[in-house]
Amino acid sequence: MGKEKIGWKELEIGCVVTEPGSAASYKTGEWRSERPVRDNTKCIKCGICYIYCPDACIREDEEGYFEADLYYCKGCGVCAHECPRGVITMVEEEEEAKEEKEK
Amino acid sequence: MTKRRIVGLEGSFAIAEAVRMANVDVISAYPITPQTHIVERLAEMIADGELDAEFICVESEHSAMSACVGASAAGARVFTCSASQGLELMHEVLYIPSSMRLPIVAVAANRALSAPLSVWCDHSDVMAIRDIGWIQIFAENNQQAFDLTVCAYRIAEDKEVLFPAMVHMDGFYLSHVTEGVMLPDEEEVAQFIPDYEYPFVLDPDNPVSMGCYGPPFIYPEAKKAQEVDFEKTKPKIQEVWNEFGDTFGRSYSPVEEYQMEDASIALLTMGSSGETAMLAADEMRAEGREVGLVRLRLWRPFPFKEFREAVKDVELLVVLDRALSFGMGGPVCSEVKSALYEKRKELNIVGFIGGLGGRDIPIDGFKYMVNRAVERVKAAEWGEEMGPEMIGVRE
Ligand code: SF4
Ligand code: SF4
Repeated sequence: MGKEKIGWKELEIGCVVTEPGSAASYKTGEWRSERPVRDNTKCIKCGICYIYCPDACIREDEEGYFEADLYYCKGCGVCAHECPRGVITMVEEEEEAKEEKEK
Repeated sequence: MTKRRIVGLEGSFAIAEAVRMANVDVISAYPITPQTHIVERLAEMIADGELDAEFICVESEHSAMSACVGASAAGARVFTCSASQGLELMHEVLYIPSSMRLPIVAVAANRALSAPLSVWCDHSDVMAIRDIGWIQIFAENNQQAFDLTVCAYRIAEDKEVLFPAMVHMDGFYLSHVTEGVMLPDEEEVAQFIPDYEYPFVLDPDNPVSMGCYGPPFIYPEAKKAQEVDFEKTKPKIQEVWNEFGDTFGRSYSPVEEYQMEDASIALLTMGSSGETAMLAADEMRAEGREVGLVRLRLWRPFPFKEFREAVKDVELLVVLDRALSFGMGGPVCSEVKSALYEKRKELNIVGFIGGLGGRDIPIDGFKYMVNRAVERVKAAEWGEEMGPEMIGVRE
């Protein structure tokens, strides 16, 4: 994120943020140590994960399945805990990265 | 045509007059002894139509400062005041306007902290808030309480400053004592503190976010900017005080000297005890002793340069603290030592703690400090420790 390079002289007085809604660009996904991985074959499209996600980062796709936006997902695991069908498993970021490499 | 007049006013009413003439928009405060009369008088002024301002009644000092933060962020000229436990309850919120750069003006009627419960003056409450990034100014008498409050608006709202400012007035010694105060013409004050425009205000048509979240990638930059700007307020403060002098005939300096010409011993005070110390210096001068007095008018930002200049020729500095930093001694004394450490390591500095919880320090008290300091410097040559000493305490 470019803003991470801002020097102290470039800040507005009192750190005022002049761009409305700029929080959207903040990548909270970097906080995550585990990510939600889905097995949608068991999903009943009830939307409970969507309702419970405290970060409101779960989106519904065209087929009615749900997916976390990993740019924001903090890996709290609430969705996995609330899902009545055990669709979601929390997987260590490192393992996920390893698997991706192997692919 | 000016209509200046001398009026008998207690310190609290002098402050209320200054706030009225500053034509503030919003006042939010919670009463606490010895600040109560300021709030009462201002509430009366609003009720009687003498001041067109919004008085926000709150249930605590924490809320009072919070209301001031909101009002100031919306562009209003704001006033609040407190003391002691009230100032402590405000403490958490005090950091917000100094970091968000909101030019709130506040007055503290300096008072001791519990326990035992004391409503009387000392500087414990001042010292508890010395690191909050507010400009802190000390008044010595009621005229100064008025003048410095008027100046505080002009300083705080200056585009190159934009920091909150607190005027410190010793509880009871000033807040409840009536003195002659020269009140200027309201028009003159209005011209001296013109309407100001905050660079950013809470305005739905031009939305901005204030007091945002600052992750580690930005927090140190924010603090660096704040500290650099805070240091830069010093010349501006002097400029405003000079201009006040040109207009109203009384000017102020961050460090003020009395009888310092060829003084080899200097007393150092903050607040109302400076007036007693002046009398003590006069008496000691009459006895042929080269004693002078230095008063810190500006406590934050600390006026290093002016202070070093004021004491450059003295051999002994006698510092009075009206507060105690437990396990450390007097906070003013330890700061003064650190201010001089780089340049004047050979200077003898002897600290005394006195006047706690409203205990008076008479003229003889200052003479005692000077004599005792001389003795202690001699004793130190024989290897005795020169740690802080509490004066006037019964064995
Ligand atoms: S792990 Fe937490 S933040 Fe991520 S999608 Fe699930 S509920 Fe939302
Ligand atoms: S809570 Fe489970 S079953 Fe329901 S939509 Fe989300 S993933 Fe599917």
